[in-house]
Amino acid sequence: MKVFMTSMLTIDLDSERWECASCGHDIGDARDNYKKGLLVRERDPSEVHAPILDAAKYDFTFAPDPDWCRIVEYCCPNCGRLAEVEYLPPGHPPAHDIELDIDALKAQWAKREPLDKPVLGPDFVAPPHSH
Amino acid sequence: MGDDMDIGGAASSAVESFLKETSLYLAPDPEIMENHGLEPRTAFEDQCIAKEKDPVRLEIVRERILAGVNESFEMLENMGAAPGAKWGDCVSAVYTASGDLSLASSGGVVIFCNLVQYPIKFVNKYWANEPTVGIKEGDVFIVNDARYGQAHNTDQSMMMPVFHEGRIVAWAGATVHEGENGAIEPGGMPSLAEQIWDEGLKMSPFKVAENYKLRRDLVTFLQNSVREPKLQYADMKVKMYVCRRIETRIHEAIAEYGVEAVVAALRMNLEDTDAEVRRRLSEWPDGTTRHSWWTDGTLRENVQIKINLELTKKGDELTFDYRGSSPEFTNRSNNSLDITVKGMLAQLFLTFIWPDIPRNQGVLAPMKFIFDNPSVLKPAFGTPNAQSMMTVFTAWSAGQVCAMKFLYSNPHKYTRVLAPWFNMINTFLFGGLTQHGEMVGNVCADINGMGGGALADRDGEHGCAPIFATMSDIGEQEFIEEEMPFIQIVSKKMMKDNQGFGRQRGGMGYQMVLAMRDSPAFGFMLTAMGAKFPNIPGLFGGYGCPTYPLARVSGVDVFDILLKDPGSFRYSIEELMNERPFKDGKYTTHPMTLGYTLAKRGELYMISQGTGGGFGDPLDRDPKDVIRDLDEDLISHDVAWRIYRVVYSRETLLIDELATEEARNAARRARIAASKPFGEFCKEWVKDKPSGKVPYYGSWADKSLVHAGSPDAVHPAGKVNPPVIMTHPLQAKIDRLEAELATCREGKG
Ligand SMILES: [Zn+2]
Repeated sequence: MKVFMTSMLTIDLDSERWECASCGHDIGDARDNYKKGLLVRERDPSEVHAPILDAAKYDFTFAPDPDWCRIVEYCCPNCGRLAEVEYLPPGHPPAHDIELDIDALKAQWAKREPLDKPVLGPDFVAPPHSH
Repeated sequence: MGDDMDIGGAASSAVESFLKETSLYLAPDPEIMENHGLEPRTAFEDQCIAKEKDPVRLEIVRERILAGVNESFEMLENMGAAPGAKWGDCVSAVYTASGDLSLASSGGVVIFCNLVQYPIKFVNKYWANEPTVGIKEGDVFIVNDARYGQAHNTDQSMMMPVFHEGRIVAWAGATVHEGENGAIEPGGMPSLAEQIWDEGLKMSPFKVAENYKLRRDLVTFLQNSVREPKLQYADMKVKMYVCRRIETRIHEAIAEYGVEAVVAALRMNLEDTDAEVRRRLSEWPDGTTRHSWWTDGTLRENVQIKINLELTKKGDELTFDYRGSSPEFTNRSNNSLDITVKGMLAQLFLTFIWPDIPRNQGVLAPMKFIFDNPSVLKPAFGTPNAQSMMTVFTAWSAGQVCAMKFLYSNPHKYTRVLAPWFNMINTFLFGGLTQHGEMVGNVCADINGMGGGALADRDGEHGCAPIFATMSDIGEQEFIEEEMPFIQIVSKKMMKDNQGFGRQRGGMGYQMVLAMRDSPAFGFMLTAMGAKFPNIPGLFGGYGCPTYPLARVSGVDVFDILLKDPGSFRYSIEELMNERPFKDGKYTTHPMTLGYTLAKRGELYMISQGTGGGFGDPLDRDPKDVIRDLDEDLISHDVAWRIYRVVYSRETLLIDELATEEARNAARRARIAASKPFGEFCKEWVKDKPSGKVPYYGSWADKSLVHAGSPDAVHPAGKVNPPVIMTHPLQAKIDRLEAELATCREGKG
């Protein structure tokens, strides 16, 4: 049975593996940090948040300062889709951001119906128009 | 019982009462302030619940009282004199006799759900049996000192006991963000505060009305202590009558349903909320999610400040562990009280995660909080906290990210998973003489225009609502201009490319281009973070917001230019700053932390509201949505290609789907080629301490050790010695200039 943990990561409860939600690629042990099975690169933040004001003219341009901030991107080694983006000061260790109790997860899902896609939640219903 | 120090019941109570009677000063009581949970049931509550336990009947009573509270909230919003009251920065509520907040108004700011309980508990504990004070029918108490239980000292609460047959059966309360409070700067939230004594009024809970009448001597004292004496008096009257309306509605409910039904309904509302929150938490997976974020200033200087969160969910409990966050800044105002953090998180759950849960403090009962003591999120008693938002908003966003990582897999949801909401006060504060000759000091309602986070299947909403009040208003610019001597020449116009990129993009922020017009003395101020390090991330592969500067054009009078050469004006920050259309203008950018500055007629002050975070990989965004954003001038051709890789005709905006698919596949392949396996990456990337290029506060890899400004100043968390004391920015400037001067002189000599 598969559990949709994030929009890019599923856990196969039988094999206890992280998998890419997009291409099914095996990423790693569900009891371990999924980032270990992804590819990573560091980017100067202005490659993403490019200066809106002319960087030759101004100190503050809408682009983050690379001495303060770098963007670290994690993608699936097979399909290349982004699974996570971290904003970190240069050299700061990446977070082990999702650490699950897999035994508890299995027990929880033993009582649930398997899903073939993630549940988004209730639809937005606009209140009736009145005035 | 079984205490090491047990000296027998009678003896210990004698010691207790001796200590109580001989206390020279009743500071905030840690026993009250450390407990955000529910008070134990009283014997009377037990009795009432035994008699009235039909949930349907209790629900009818609950709705009846809630209708009264909502009615009182309308009064508060419509009669309140403070600008904050007019946009809903206020709340009214009913509390149990013990002081737990049971029913908050449906409108207003839910952060107060974890705040006004504390002063009521203080009054119950210290003033009820105090012969010089006491609690009688018709008494009203007031408080504004955040350390006794408020978000910050700019808020003022009034609290009234509700009696029935000689017994307190409930409390009514009303809170308003009043603004002015006599602090070192106008407006109630002084960035300049270096000591708590710079923060203005310090009202511990005290009785300000008897027999439903304000005591004129005390009112005069309070008026005499603030810059807006009219406002102080007017809103005290309003809050008292709001409490009185709640009291009336409770008395009517008692007359109709009996006191037992009312007391049982108030108590069971809390217990049922606690039980339902536990049930919902049980649906989450067990485990830990982690998120660190950095703010980039104290409002006086740019420094990197870490907020560290480890959120653990086990069974039906949730633990927020903020250890490893920055040490406190002992002479800066950007520290936040822990009760404020808890109040903000209550509102994360009550409005963003489970909006169907009754709005009361029971939501926090299954939650625990751990802080380093002292730290930036739990400052010591004497540390200023007037600008607590500068850290509490980041602490809130960390909570939002961590909660969403638990929420996504749940088969039953009560709202949708959301990328981070924009969280910073990108708005102008203002003060001075208006065109009508009145003295004012307050904040633009654009504070409420924060961009919404993206959802899994929908883009975020533009300029939507602030994180602390999902139902609020940004006001009518034309009305504001009738009262204030400044004009927003560009107003509510989305800032192009200011987007949280993602498969679904964040709701965007609009630009504000201001100029002062008709006043001999009027100025602006800004108190926002995020000019160096962005304020929020995205979610699941989406990006966060960019950074935000203040842009200025001085040495011009644009009203003159608009009269003589209107064609030269440009209607966006980007064009005004990059094209520099006014030849005599001086064009500069700054962080958004402007101290109060007197404006000259027609000079431009320009900022942008922030964007919410994106959701998912931008390369998966539907090309049609990219073209729609392009067509609506929300993004540039550069972003459509560089971020979204859409191929289209620039003339017709017709998408070449095949070429787009190919370009995106190529971009994914390039991404793979440019990336490394995690282990290899970490070997090169991870350093054992901060770079030293930026003053750094908080933990690095190990949350038990915190940096206090430099890579090598490391202390055990909560034990930073010497404590962090910042140099006055002017002194820092003088020191730098003197050093330069010395070097120059040496060079010449
Ligand atoms: Zn994949």
